[in-house]
Amino acid sequence: MDILIGLLLCLGTLLILSASLGVLRMPDLYTRMHAATKAGTVGLSGLLLAVAISIPEISVVSRVVGTMVFILLTAPVASHLLGKAMRQVGYRIWRND
Amino acid sequence: MSSWLSISITFAYAGLLLSFIMAFLRLILGPTLADRVVALDLISFITIGFITVYTLDSGEEALLDIAITLGLVAFLGTIAFARLIVKRMEKS
Repeated sequence: MDILIGLLLCLGTLLILSASLGVLRMPDLYTRMHAATKAGTVGLSGLLLAVAISIPEISVVSRVVGTMVFILLTAPVASHLLGKAMRQVGYRIWRND
Repeated sequence: MSSWLSISITFAYAGLLLSFIMAFLRLILGPTLADRVVALDLISFITIGFITVYTLDSGEEALLDIAITLGLVAFLGTIAFARLIVKRMEKS
């Protein structure tokens, strides 16, 4: 069981690390948002799953599932709203030229 | 076997700290307001990750409530900033 918990911790950390590397290095708002939202939600879900496997009690598992469902629902919605607002303002998509 | 777990917990702390630094650099550099909002959203995710790893490390279950609340506050903050960007364009 310890092996699975450690693997989930490492996987989640690597995904969050790649998310913030993308936020730092990507050239455009939309690509930055794409990196932050996808890798961030999946990495955080990995870390939360590690806690749920490590402490298998009903109070911990229910909180973990609640946090995970909430984040998976709200992060794409918030990112979409922000992208839509910036598109209405007139932010141009980055072209490689 | 438990040394593998402690090594991976230390790796998680170090990786989350490094990604916090990178997101904070984008928060300082970001050319537009929306870049800063994206960085702030990612920073709140990383903080939730810190709380989660510390819960795993110490066995303190009550900290998970703070993680849920932090996710709610980050969502509301992002939506408020998106509305602010649209309203500011309509005014000018």
